[in-house]
Amino acid sequence: MAVEVRIPTILRPYTGGAKTVEGTGDTLTALIDDLESRHPGLRDRLVENGTLRRFVNVYVNDEDVRFLGAEKTALSDGDSVTVLPAVAGGASTR
Amino acid sequence: MLSIRRDLVDAIVEHARKDHPDEACGVIAGPAGTDRPERFIPMLNAARSPTFYEFDSMDLLRLYREMDDNDEEPVVVYHSHTATEAYPSRTDIAYANEPGAHYVLVSTRDDDTHEFRSFRIVDGVVTEEEVQVIDGE
Repeated sequence: MAVEVRIPTILRPYTGGAKTVEGTGDTLTALIDDLESRHPGLRDRLVENGTLRRFVNVYVNDEDVRFLGAEKTALSDGDSVTVLPAVAGGASTR
Repeated sequence: MLSIRRDLVDAIVEHARKDHPDEACGVIAGPAGTDRPERFIPMLNAARSPTFYEFDSMDLLRLYREMDDNDEEPVVVYHSHTATEAYPSRTDIAYANEPGAHYVLVSTRDDDTHEFRSFRIVDGVVTEEEVQVIDGE
């Protein structure tokens, strides 16, 4: 079950510079585990204590997974996953 | 060094003034590999906050798709500080995820004058750079 994953510039050092990689998994968590086996270090940039990091956006077929099932979002063959770090900041030091 | 047209500087400052006291944010895209900011794209601050900004997640996806389709990069990522100096905060540094971008900060804390400064933020290290404003066009 192959899923295409678009990788943002900042994470391409983990994929040997590749803009897109393929992975498998029937949930987002399973997919990320599968990617980690070939691209070590990637998981830690996406997930913290088993949940998606607050300032990383993941989309399945152009829908934000926060409105689907977050890391438990189900995946099917041919789905397209996009990872984009949030563009955020500001004067607060929270 | 950031080389940027005066009309783009003016557009950033105007956006920052308009959204004051909330922080304003946006991108200037340019052809990939040129380091030339060309297309001004003001973004909505989904946080609508005087101390925080964040692009809406769907706006963010559309923006990156569009830049991908146009073979563009985010040459400038800008935002305003509305009560403090135009220098990256700890929050700015923590969430800076575009090592190739010029991070432009504008301070609107003063009604009459503004600060307009540019930085590189790579792996948590901030480096201020010169801003060269180009007249014409």
